Amino acid sequence: MQPVATTFFFYFLAALTLAGGVLVITRKNPVHSALALIIALLAQAGLYLMLYAPFVAGVQIILYAGGIMVLFLFVIMLVNLERSQREEQFNKQWLLGIIAATALGALFITIFVRGRAIFPVHIAAVAEESNTQEIGLMLYGNYMFTFEIASLLLLVAIIGAVVMAKKRI
Amino acid sequence: MAPIATIHYLIVAAGLFVLGVTGVLTRRNVVIVLMSIELILNAVNLNLVAFSRIWGLHGQVFAIFVITDAAAEAAVGLGILIAFFRNKETVNVDEIDLLKW
Repeated sequence: MQPVATTFFFYFLAALTLAGGVLVITRKNPVHSALALIIALLAQAGLYLMLYAPFVAGVQIILYAGGIMVLFLFVIMLVNLERSQREEQFNKQWLLGIIAATALGALFITIFVRGRAIFPVHIAAVAEESNTQEIGLMLYGNYMFTFEIASLLLLVAIIGAVVMAKKRI
Repeated sequence: MAPIATIHYLIVAAGLFVLGVTGVLTRRNVVIVLMSIELILNAVNLNLVAFSRIWGLHGQVFAIFVITDAAAEAAVGLGILIAFFRNKETVNVDEIDLLKW
């Protein structure tokens, strides 16, 4: 099958993802940040599709863009942010933070340049039609125990969120 | 132009990760700090899925677990934020200093 992963689409989606990320950390209004994050997440779902991972792309759209971001927007609505919007948006050690992040980026670049040979160019053929089926078999086969632990984690998170948000404990 | 290989996806993921770290280290608003953490988790997910193209589906399964973790983290983090806002009427990270000696 002819791959749909054209070069143009990759650069378009990558630029959209990174632009969304930049907007998330620079906007003053948290609602604008949340909307930019939704754009970035949707573009990233497109990148997953280009990597022949349709199930992860679907989970990304449903859970991230549909679930977690709605949670964020609800909390922004519950919390009165008008006062904090008039204040300084960046903390006192912002320069140090940017320097640290740039050092981290330089580290990544160094690793990618020096270890270029480690990352193989050869790409194995993946059966995209049965992707969801194979992931389901793995989740209930190899990763059975991890799956149960994840369900326990979600239960703890539900109880924790309810307890935190209660008026009186 | 060169064909898109794994390294391209890794560079995009590294850029997202650096953006997320910058947001966590420099912003004062807790909501945006939590969103930056989501950016970091997404960068890791992109790496995992890019590598799963080469070494089988384990990376995609792990990406799903990371998304589960992100959901749990967002729920608990925003719950803490609401509880804190009720007490101190602020969402700035540097004013959250109840435990600071």
